[in-house]
Amino acid sequence: MNNGCGTPQAGALSGRATLAEAILRRKHRWGEWLVERGIFMVSLSAILMIFLIFIFVGREALPVALGRTNNARIQKPIVAAEIPRLSPEKLAAYLGMTVADLKTYDADTLRQLVELKGQELQDIGNPDARINTTSWNMMTEPYRWHGYDKPEFIWQPVSEIPKFNIIPLIIGSLKATLVALLLSVPLGVGAAIYVSQLARPSVRETVKPAIELLSGIPSVVLGFFALIVLATMLQTVFGYESRLNAFVAGVALGLTVIPIIFTISEDALSSVPKAFTHAALALGASPWKAAWQVVLPAAVPGVFAACVLGFGRAIGETMVVLMASGNASIVSGSIFDSCRTLTASIAAELAEVVFGGDHYRILFLLGALLFAATFLTNLLGDVVVHRLKLKLEGSR
Amino acid sequence: MPFRRKRTDWQSLVSTAATGVMTFSVVAMVGVILGNIVWNGAAQMSLHFIFGGTKEGMFDAAHAGVFPMIFGTVALVVLMTLGVLPVGVITAIYLSEYARSTSAVTRVIRGAINNLAGVPSIVFGLFGLGFFVQFVGGGIDKVFYGGQLNYGKPALVWAAATMAVLTLPVVIVATEEALRAVPKGLREGSMALGATKLETIWRIVLPQALPGVITGAILAVGRGAGEVAPIMFTGAAYFLAHLPSHLSDQFMNLGYHVFVLSTQSPDIERTKPILFGTVLVLLMLTFLLNLAGVIVRARIRARARQANG
Repeated sequence: MNNGCGTPQAGALSGRATLAEAILRRKHRWGEWLVERGIFMVSLSAILMIFLIFIFVGREALPVALGRTNNARIQKPIVAAEIPRLSPEKLAAYLGMTVADLKTYDADTLRQLVELKGQELQDIGNPDARINTTSWNMMTEPYRWHGYDKPEFIWQPVSEIPKFNIIPLIIGSLKATLVALLLSVPLGVGAAIYVSQLARPSVRETVKPAIELLSGIPSVVLGFFALIVLATMLQTVFGYESRLNAFVAGVALGLTVIPIIFTISEDALSSVPKAFTHAALALGASPWKAAWQVVLPAAVPGVFAACVLGFGRAIGETMVVLMASGNASIVSGSIFDSCRTLTASIAAELAEVVFGGDHYRILFLLGALLFAATFLTNLLGDVVVHRLKLKLEGSR
Repeated sequence: MPFRRKRTDWQSLVSTAATGVMTFSVVAMVGVILGNIVWNGAAQMSLHFIFGGTKEGMFDAAHAGVFPMIFGTVALVVLMTLGVLPVGVITAIYLSEYARSTSAVTRVIRGAINNLAGVPSIVFGLFGLGFFVQFVGGGIDKVFYGGQLNYGKPALVWAAATMAVLTLPVVIVATEEALRAVPKGLREGSMALGATKLETIWRIVLPQALPGVITGAILAVGRGAGEVAPIMFTGAAYFLAHLPSHLSDQFMNLGYHVFVLSTQSPDIERTKPILFGTVLVLLMLTFLLNLAGVIVRARIRARARQANG
């Protein structure tokens, strides 16, 4: 096990020998250079992964995002005589099959299929059948559907006329996240102030790991707990109607966010130089006043970043909301109504969609929106924490 | 002002007490959740439950066993660790030993790691489906199997790969922390004896940081064993009669099973005992791992403070 490594004895025997050895070894260093390049390349993998996620989630969502899809049931009917002049892609899309499938039919069968399709189109009486429900307008604006008496936001991807309005899902996500933050910000920041500034060291050493262990509970377990235990408990206390709702989901979601807000806030508060506290105490402030009026204002950017990152985590959390929110895609202002979130829609629906279909692409679009939202919140949180670090290190 | 300080400062007292109550209410919540699960789950624990398979009556407490799910979860995290550990450790080595903290590349790498840690788990699921299952798996089928469906579908190996990407930040952060905790003097001593930088890292720094590397792996495994959203479309199965025997097989998983049991059961009251039992097994697995990780990490931090302070 001594290959290449300079032996200490050689240095003791003769200076010239080690010099020669060093020169000799220098020649062979290209191997190490290669390894070090390799280490650098591997360290770029995190960047590569972010890039790949961006590409591969975006790729599936792109046709919908750019408005290239059209799922209107009634299009201009194709007359059988036109078949030879049409491109196979267009004909396949018209008949609702793949190009490969199309090639398995002979000209006669194709003509019959086209005639049948024309017949079918004539029979559809629903005026909504003319609408391309995958356009951005239909996905974001209310519309008065056939049989409804006023314009509404509707997410109903599996029905005769699939309706893909994403507003109910965004509202659902925001509702659950809001409840989660209302619970976790006061608790997380309060606990961080107490643990980092006011508690005795012995208390700190036991409480901190206990709260951090909360982040070790898998979200599916918290979802299960919310569904089986918490939902019934909260319903008895508050007496609302629907057992699973945004409130239950939000409370359980808050449990997943508390450790994040606590850890980051605690870090920020602890990194404020102790001299600040000592100076305040020397001027006669109580420990609470030193913490509240001196340390907290200095660490405010860190606490803000903690809340931003907590928001990112809450809006991206899946299992808890999938299990505890009730998953009804309704637009309502009440937190005691059932809600369906972006994440839960993806999780619940992706298993049953046609690969490459409109619904599939729209679910990827939801994923891309989530990715963009968390990417931005993370970036914001990062920048704020970095600035705070520079500021506090500068003032030391 | 100083004369009036003798009076009891009620505001400070009440506020301190309030934050104290907040802190302990969080701890109490953790206690209630865990206590509830342990209390209800312990009744279901038996050798048959842990080592038995589910043949009939998946939702029925008398027949249920979770061995296939334990097997699937363990297989998943082992494969995941094989994938994530080398990449994570090498990245950490670069960041702690080579990178200049001010350079733009380093900041971009750190930004990417932080971002990766914040990507919603369901997006990893979409990514795994779009990239690993369809692009990589579909590509393998096209090139090696002449288009026959082998790897281009949800499979154990793709779930593990997805999970490896998800846990990459965990391994990097833990390993880097451990590498930084190795005293500078050791590196300087090694270099002074004529070892090259790479030799120093390989023979001196890395062995010293081994507990930290193991912590990173443990934390990653704890995370990987509990995540469900990323594997829902990349390999986890609702029910399988046989254990997975090949990388391209689907598998059952404890976390996914908890989800299935609690949302698909026809009679939740009858399923509850198995549900609590399964949750307890899952918690024991992830929790013990996390606890171990937290303890080793706290020790490393304390040692780093001594070494550098």
